[in-house]
Amino acid sequence: MSMETTLQDGIVVVRLGGELDHHAVESIRNQIEAALEEAHYRGLVLSFRGIEFMDSSGLGLILGRYRTLSQRGGRMALCEIAPPLRRIFEMSGLFKILPVYDSEEGALRALKEA
Amino acid sequence: MDKPLGHAVLQKNYMRLQFPSRSENESLARVAVAAFVAELDPTLEQLTELKTAVSEAVTNAIIHGYEDAVGEVRIACAIHGGSVEVIVEDDGVGIEDVELARQPLYTSRPDLERSGMGITIMENFVDELVIDSAPGRGTRVRMRKIIHRDPECQ
Repeated sequence: MSMETTLQDGIVVVRLGGELDHHAVESIRNQIEAALEEAHYRGLVLSFRGIEFMDSSGLGLILGRYRTLSQRGGRMALCEIAPPLRRIFEMSGLFKILPVYDSEEGALRALKEA
Repeated sequence: MDKPLGHAVLQKNYMRLQFPSRSENESLARVAVAAFVAELDPTLEQLTELKTAVSEAVTNAIIHGYEDAVGEVRIACAIHGGSVEVIVEDDGVGIEDVELARQPLYTSRPDLERSGMGITIMENFVDELVIDSAPGRGTRVRMRKIIHRDPECQ
């Protein structure tokens, strides 16, 4: 499991990589929360480009961050969700509460304009 | 005795795995099952579905079955014609109400940021899912996934 964080115009971008399961999620959650604490952010983009495997633990991670952002008035978007991952996103109904973009640039642009 | 002992068992391939309920073993479990089923030559999509379902069952055994204690998780796999059967078993706390646990978005551990989608994902990704549980004794999840509808090598 890997994670890369950048901050662009108040938007925290987190690029996730590897296998996102219950084992990986615990440390990833702490790292994302730490990155959010450090930044005076107004938004969060989660990129799934490098994700090779994800189960419902990943859905829990997304929902948890959505809660963090909502409580602090920030906006959140997802991007680069490959077809094998799409089905579990669809089952969970996450697409109904969070915007999804094909590219990281698209997600960033949308959050900057919001 | 005409037939050697274990003759029936040798008719089909099987695999057993047992490990302590530590979260780093979640990937071991799904990779082992994926490697086992390779002989049926599944598509990438079938493999992803099976790995995801196994991951959900093992994660449930670890975080719900054994909560914060360490116990043993056992996996048994067998090939039946063109399908694979996977059993994930623990000796943990069990599930009081299996029907309730099967409800989408239901979770007994909201404190752990669980999505409540584990069993729903299993149901969607395998062809048959049976959950047997006895409170205080453990849980047994049996799933069957069809890889080929018309097996040639039975």
